[in-house]
Amino acid sequence: MITLGHYLLVSGVLFSIGFAGVMVRRNLIIILMSLELMLNAANLSLVAFSRFRVDPNGLPNYNAQVFVFFIITVAAAEVAVGLAILVALFRARQTTDVKDISALKF
Amino acid sequence: MSPLLFWFFALLTVIFGAAVVINRNPVASALSLVVSFLGLAALFMSLDAYFVGIIQVLVYAGAVMVLFLFLIMLLNLQVEERRRINWLAAAGGGGVALILLVQIVLTIGRFETARRTFPPLLGSTPDDVRNIGAALFRNYNLPFQIIGVLVLVATIGVVLLSKREPR
Repeated sequence: MITLGHYLLVSGVLFSIGFAGVMVRRNLIIILMSLELMLNAANLSLVAFSRFRVDPNGLPNYNAQVFVFFIITVAAAEVAVGLAILVALFRARQTTDVKDISALKF
Repeated sequence: MSPLLFWFFALLTVIFGAAVVINRNPVASALSLVVSFLGLAALFMSLDAYFVGIIQVLVYAGAVMVLFLFLIMLLNLQVEERRRINWLAAAGGGGVALILLVQIVLTIGRFETARRTFPPLLGSTPDDVRNIGAALFRNYNLPFQIIGVLVLVATIGVVLLSKREPR
């Protein structure tokens, strides 16, 4: 049988993949995609907990799903702003590689 | 949801999620991300969260991915494939992520509640759009309006950021 732990495990693996992408990759677009993966991994565990905690009236707990809705909205706004910053950066420096953007590096 | 379908979609999500990180071509990464999000939407629907699953397909696999692909097309990114990989840095970053994964797995293994199966829902398929809408407008009305302001700010910010400065 599929338990809550299975879904949490998938969510954890997905989060780790996204984290590895942020740590390893140097292309800013891929880093943004990995951020999306991490946000979605959190969404998966929220939805799993929502389905796990069934209210007395026999419905899933919708508070978590409202939270997921908010996360999706914030993520969409974040992607739009992040990609706009990327375009501005590319115009100024002709690169999307984090290695070449070291003006603030100590 | 049968266990077979769960494993199919879970593997689809994880494998294509890994492909996002592994692929060197940004277009291939973006397309892998689409497949990963579709698998995730199927997992949401397996948890009776149909509304969230459909929003996932519409917003992520639709809008966000078109934004990514459009940007890759605009910037014409081909330079990255010629670069060499710094294997030491990659191993360090991957190692930190691996430690995180081990920690997560150990925590889930120690979490007793996670071994229970999902309790059945009363009645047939729940009317989620109606229930989420009711929760959103009754209990979470203020956060909902704040989110609206956030989206407005993001829209204005994007327009300002992408406007060319006058020379």
